[in-house]
Amino acid sequence: MKVFRGLLNQAKPHFTKGGKLEKFHYAYDAFETFLFVPGETCSDGTHIKDGIDLKRTMFTVVVALLPCLLFGIWNVGHQHYSATGEFPALAAGLVEKVLLGLIVVLPMVVVSYSVGLGIEFAFAIFRDHPVNEGFLVTGMLIPLIMPPTVPLWMVGLATAFAVVIGKEAFGGTGMNILNVALMARVFLFFAYPPYMAGDIVWVAGDPSRFVDGYSGATPLAVAYSGGLAALDKSYSLEQLFWGAIPGSIGETSVAAIGLGALILVVTGIGSWRIMLSVIVAAAATGLLFQVTGIEPYSGVPPHYHLVMGSVLFAAVFMATDPVTAAQTQPGKYVYGFLIGTSGMVIRVLNPAYPEGWMLAILLMNVFAPLIDHGFISANMKRRNARAL
Amino acid sequence: MSRNKQDEPSEIMARSGAIPLSQLVRDSAIIKLTRGLSLKLLGSAPSVRLALPPSATFALKPVDVPGFEPIPRLLHQVGDTVLAGDPIVASKATPEVVLSAPVSGEIVEVRRGDKRAITEIVIEAGRHVDFRSFPKPRLESRDEIRQILLTSGAWALLRQRPFNTFADPSVTPRDIFVSCFDSAPLAPDTGFLMHGREEAFLTGLRALGALTAGNVHLGVKPNSIDLFRRAGDAKVHTFDGPHPAGAVGVQIHHIAPIAKGDVVWTIKAQDVAIIGTLVTDGIFDARRTVALTGSEFIRTGYVDTRLGAAVAPFLAGNLKSELVRLISGNVLTGKKVQPVGHLGQFDDQFTVIEEGDQPEFLGWLLPSYPRPTLSRTFLSYFLPNRKFAVNSNPHGEQRALVMTGEYERVVPMDLYPQHLIKAILFRDYDQIEGLGIYEVVEEDLALCEFACTSKQPVQRILREGLDWMRGEA
Repeated sequence: MKVFRGLLNQAKPHFTKGGKLEKFHYAYDAFETFLFVPGETCSDGTHIKDGIDLKRTMFTVVVALLPCLLFGIWNVGHQHYSATGEFPALAAGLVEKVLLGLIVVLPMVVVSYSVGLGIEFAFAIFRDHPVNEGFLVTGMLIPLIMPPTVPLWMVGLATAFAVVIGKEAFGGTGMNILNVALMARVFLFFAYPPYMAGDIVWVAGDPSRFVDGYSGATPLAVAYSGGLAALDKSYSLEQLFWGAIPGSIGETSVAAIGLGALILVVTGIGSWRIMLSVIVAAAATGLLFQVTGIEPYSGVPPHYHLVMGSVLFAAVFMATDPVTAAQTQPGKYVYGFLIGTSGMVIRVLNPAYPEGWMLAILLMNVFAPLIDHGFISANMKRRNARAL
Repeated sequence: MSRNKQDEPSEIMARSGAIPLSQLVRDSAIIKLTRGLSLKLLGSAPSVRLALPPSATFALKPVDVPGFEPIPRLLHQVGDTVLAGDPIVASKATPEVVLSAPVSGEIVEVRRGDKRAITEIVIEAGRHVDFRSFPKPRLESRDEIRQILLTSGAWALLRQRPFNTFADPSVTPRDIFVSCFDSAPLAPDTGFLMHGREEAFLTGLRALGALTAGNVHLGVKPNSIDLFRRAGDAKVHTFDGPHPAGAVGVQIHHIAPIAKGDVVWTIKAQDVAIIGTLVTDGIFDARRTVALTGSEFIRTGYVDTRLGAAVAPFLAGNLKSELVRLISGNVLTGKKVQPVGHLGQFDDQFTVIEEGDQPEFLGWLLPSYPRPTLSRTFLSYFLPNRKFAVNSNPHGEQRALVMTGEYERVVPMDLYPQHLIKAILFRDYDQIEGLGIYEVVEEDLALCEFACTSKQPVQRILREGLDWMRGEA
């Protein structure tokens, strides 16, 4: 602690007014305030403040993402070694699987954070405002929603696009309309579709080394064409729940997502209202499709729909982004419900997109202010009516 | 609350021939508020009076009264000798509204702040308080009561909503509201403050009744003393819930909300008693019982003093440490004062907490001491009965607004506080008005500022909005 204090004190004069690195003082601040909560005191207004701050809030979300990250690392290895036939059993080859997972996933995390934070710091310096902590979460989300085969330069490019166009162009943290992490994904999805969809992108490694007959098809692809009957042949419900299946890095394990959801709900950082309404709406829509006997996904019951694809990851970590979600408490139910239904509609009824959540959330991000507007104008109308 | 304390005022009521409680209580339902937060801090004031040497100086603070100009008109010079009740400073825009000397003595100093704004007019108190005497009004005469309140300076004890300015003498308010309990952190027990001033309080209420076309409304808590429950013609409303249930703005919202065009007045319970004494005895007897609270006091309790008392005698030999923050008022809405400073114009509480000027290594991650919080990311959230020693560190830096729903959790009103604050930031007149700016003042939303993850200065923004709207109107 004293070492850090000493280093900071040594560097500080350069960053203060008149120092040669004065311009970069917010960059210095970001590091100093990370290590030490400043000894400044409340100047006006309340003399005491809650212990919570944005650093702690964002850190809590990162912690909630760790189960998904850790499971994802293992699963990247597991998918590869089952495809090659080397360690098809779950318990076999733990070290090799984790090692391969680390080799694939860690560079993506590093690229995402360094590109994103680099841009954030640059904007903070040029626009002369403090570095906001929001990217700590975005930087972790971006690799988790990528296929394990995506090239690193694409991760960097997508991150840069998301941060510059999706966030900074709107005025930075707190001002963006669209979910930043999803902006990164949607950019790649439309710019480089072969890398983001299809049967071969979900398993790391050279497909020519995979065993004969290995398809790499995700449960969604199987269920889309063959319905419940085909799905049951390829994946058991248990397998779908634990998540040893091909998919984006962080999205496959219901168990890991559930652990993250528990952390977010218990700490109150994530909105349970949004999570609940997305899940309820998705299940209800799934039930509707099952009952009406729609052709794609024929016979797939709602609980299968919930454990496949990215619906839960989206509900827990994406839809709950407080900046882009509806901000009024009743609005959150409506927002979640609309995501749940439209996501399912895209997943099941739209043949162009294998999965619906990215688009459903981005769409509802756009509508969130309108949803809030409804509740806020109702409040204003109630109040204005009193004056009559 | 002890049995004795509850009985005491009712005995006085019995002597004065008041009607039994059961016949007078008009409220039937308790208004139950669930949102909010009662912060539990160390250093509450026990119901004892501390015998401290009297303050040598007293000050008027025009800056504490929104509506007064930064540089109002001084009616006396430094060196003048004044009586208690002599007008000292007048509003330039509304010259009838004056602040009067709370004590007799000599004006010794006019302290100025930024842009020469008058922050304190300091009066050195004589040995006795000599009062200027005013002709006593008839309680049923609105004009006579108005007259004595204006000439004596007691008028400035009334505050007007919207905007929390001093009351405009040219209007008749729709209603007048008095909160008879304070739910703020470590706040004084309003019942205890009224000991010995029960008659004056009741008379004051009658005088207020003459000023309004509507009602005088009292907000009381469920276990309130009888005095507040049998207060003549006033309407009594019981509120149950955490802070800010005791904030008068929250009570107004639930009793009879302020609509556009409405004007209501509010006044603190002790100041009602000052008005009572004024109309019965014809003197401006600005007595204040003040609670000394906070973890850094060696002895907490109540002191009997007067409006604007110097804080020095409260501190002498009574502090645990040197590095402290002195607050006239409570930790949420009070103002920082210097050791040579004075109590604020409306304050009946003086709080001393630790100054939090120490950097904390990874404090956002691993807090080195427990702190009060609304966030379940802290263990201390799960200790609802724990009392905290607090300091003035904001525990983080100001950031863009990210989290939502935090403000709503602590505002028990049909209101969207975060949207109101945002509307103020971009100065959207219709939104600000529609979202309820007329209903709130700083103290009503102070908890939002406490709870804000992004450490936004909610009260400052709201004050800017209030001033802006007042200017636009």
